[in-house]
Amino acid sequence: MDLDPVLIARFQFAFTVAFHIIFPSFTIGLSAWIAALLVVWKRTGNQRYRELAQFWTKVFAVSFAMGVVSGLVLSYQFGTNWSRFSDVVGNVVAPLIGYEVLTAFFLEATFLGIMLFGWNRVPSWLHVLSAILVAFGTMTSAFWILSANSWMQFPVGHVVRDGIAYPDDWLKIVFSPTFPLRLAHMLTAAYLTTSFVVLAIGARYLLAGKHEAYARIMLKMGLGMAIVLAPLQAFIGDQSGLVVREYQPVKLAAIEAHWEAEAKGPVPLVLFAWPNEAEERNDYQIAIPYLGSLIITHSLTGSYPGLKAFPPEDRPPLWGPFFGFRIMVGIGFLMIFVAWAGGYLWWRGHLETNRAFLRVASWMWPMGFIAVLSGWIVTEVGRQPWLATGILRTADAASPVPASVVLTSLILFIVVYGIVFSFGIYYMNRLLVRGPVPHAGDEGEPSGPDHPAPGRPLAAVGPSGREAYRGGGS
Amino acid sequence: MDMTFDFYLPVVWAGLIATAVAMYVVLDGFDLGIGILFPFARKEADRDQMMNSVAPFWDGNETWLILGGGGLWVAFPRAYAIIMPALYLPVIVMLLSLIFRGVSFEFRWVAKPKHGHWDFAFAAGSTVAAFCQGLILGGLIQGIAVENGAFAGGTWDWLTPFSLMCGAGLVCGYGLLGATWLIMRTEGEVAERGRRQARTILLVVLAFIAVVSLWTPFNFERVATRWFTAPNIYYLWPVPLVTVGLAFVLWRSLDRGGTVAPFFATIGLFLLSYMGLAISTFPLMVPPNVTVWQAAAVPASQIFTLIGVVFMLPIILGYTAFVYWTFRGKVKPGEGYH
Repeated sequence: MDLDPVLIARFQFAFTVAFHIIFPSFTIGLSAWIAALLVVWKRTGNQRYRELAQFWTKVFAVSFAMGVVSGLVLSYQFGTNWSRFSDVVGNVVAPLIGYEVLTAFFLEATFLGIMLFGWNRVPSWLHVLSAILVAFGTMTSAFWILSANSWMQFPVGHVVRDGIAYPDDWLKIVFSPTFPLRLAHMLTAAYLTTSFVVLAIGARYLLAGKHEAYARIMLKMGLGMAIVLAPLQAFIGDQSGLVVREYQPVKLAAIEAHWEAEAKGPVPLVLFAWPNEAEERNDYQIAIPYLGSLIITHSLTGSYPGLKAFPPEDRPPLWGPFFGFRIMVGIGFLMIFVAWAGGYLWWRGHLETNRAFLRVASWMWPMGFIAVLSGWIVTEVGRQPWLATGILRTADAASPVPASVVLTSLILFIVVYGIVFSFGIYYMNRLLVRGPVPHAGDEGEPSGPDHPAPGRPLAAVGPSGREAYRGGGS
Repeated sequence: MDMTFDFYLPVVWAGLIATAVAMYVVLDGFDLGIGILFPFARKEADRDQMMNSVAPFWDGNETWLILGGGGLWVAFPRAYAIIMPALYLPVIVMLLSLIFRGVSFEFRWVAKPKHGHWDFAFAAGSTVAAFCQGLILGGLIQGIAVENGAFAGGTWDWLTPFSLMCGAGLVCGYGLLGATWLIMRTEGEVAERGRRQARTILLVVLAFIAVVSLWTPFNFERVATRWFTAPNIYYLWPVPLVTVGLAFVLWRSLDRGGTVAPFFATIGLFLLSYMGLAISTFPLMVPPNVTVWQAAAVPASQIFTLIGVVFMLPIILGYTAFVYWTFRGKVKPGEGYH
């Protein structure tokens, strides 16, 4: 058998990291949403917000567990499959991951315990604080991982001696030029993804005529976030494009499938094409004149270097950046359209009754996940053939492990992830279908955060933390 | 920067990583132990109780494993780049097992009443993960082939009778931690079964400790030199003696109905064995040839992260202690947290 160990290792990393990113992009948003619900509950005393928080905490717990275990794998894969990478850039990248563990992982993991099991065990303010700390932890985690990844995209603040990168200026390394906007882009993506999930579930319940009081809250909170975040994300994305143009011109050329090295403007915007890498041109191209210049240079006649300006061995494969980008942007515009259409209906007072809108909204839940995955394909495939741009090529970064062994572990990962994550998604869906559980069935009786409603049987007032979070022991 | 600084910084880091791994072994040890003992509890209520006793903590416990692995990469990137490919299969299988047992904490409850296969996943995942950690430990102690600063051995180098024995030994060790945890944190049938099991497992664990203590100096000359030459032997002789004393204390308190003492005596036993291995190995990071100084990251990297550790570690320990204190007390049969 003639297997390329690098290719298998790449496929394995792509597979495990793609699986992993789905869960953080959900839990970052979900933890913030749960914390927000609990804060509203504390301020208004409206029990419904607490019950909604309890309901979403169950979904969160399943998603978080899958995020933790799939993330654990990654922190060891750097060594098992990419030991040359660990060695060459370890002095620079590893401390950033170290800070992620120290400032984020412990915070999330520890306060998660209180968040899940502390409903009736700790004072309510402490429980709310724990939820906020978990949300803050997930955000901090994104900070460090994006910092490490941004440095790999465009390394600065280091020196290379004998092929090994050494740190020179930590501030420059942590805040490398592409980092701030990429962090903003990712966090907004996570919050937007969750907003559409919440919106979709609310719409689903309203269509089915179930859990209507909860559904209205979800619909409006989800939609409210989406109305603001969807256009904000388009703006951040546009700004990120400018950063890519400045620091990673070859990636930009790949995203746009723009070939000509020194073409004078104006450059058209390629809407669709089949990039032909062998002949260095696009087949079946549909393009809009001037628009490429306008979007990328913010002028009608500006230009930027195409792929032919770079030697073929320094160009990334085109399919990922080109198609991934179009899927991501397409979903972005769809999100803006749906959010604003919902906003208009809300303003006219038809939001909860317009079934066509509710139907469309209920289908929107996977959109954020697809956009996040597409976006990461754009950025990671667009960085190729480098692992750390200019320092280490992907082809030189793998471990001295035989291809057959890497293939074995790849097959194991596919089988295990296939089983575990299918069940996880199935269980999450089952929780979502079952819906929120009102306290002891007496819906409508409000009770304050520190004063459980009187007159209920004790067991019903304070279902054990375990039961409260397991779904009322059903 | 003078010589002493370059000398001590990697030593400090080696100590920190050793501490993280020790925290991991003790903390995740007892919750993996619960999984290892799962098959011996047949009743669903007993299993619920066992799982409840560790459910709020497992995630934080497992984070020490990330700190151990991450810390190794931070402070000793070359050692990380050698060890991981060398112990490729045990590491990957351990991770996959941890996936199964980790998600079981959630899936088992949402799957009810059809949760049998998650009981199995929890038990098997915990046991296999513990076994793989023993293989990793054994594989590291017996040494890794290194050329030009990179792993240069074969895929199955780690597979030896010694590493297999370490695997079995660690499964039993974690089982003992789990059993004594149950004695401390549960009541009724579960606690009583824990006490019965602890006694049996203790004898097996002591046998393993004895075998490793004899096997390593006879098989690896560097270990014999470390322990049995003057002046080391004058300082080191109390280590085995205290170990034997502690084992005796543990046995007695199991007999006399102690609830808290067995767990902490077991932790002591673990830490002493761990210290014994550290004495045998230091200053090697990757036996038999790579020392902590050769494997170290540049001081700039070690210092940058050390600053974070100095600030964050006390905070982490503080809130970890707080969560354990919050969920203190016994988990009773048929009861969740109130």
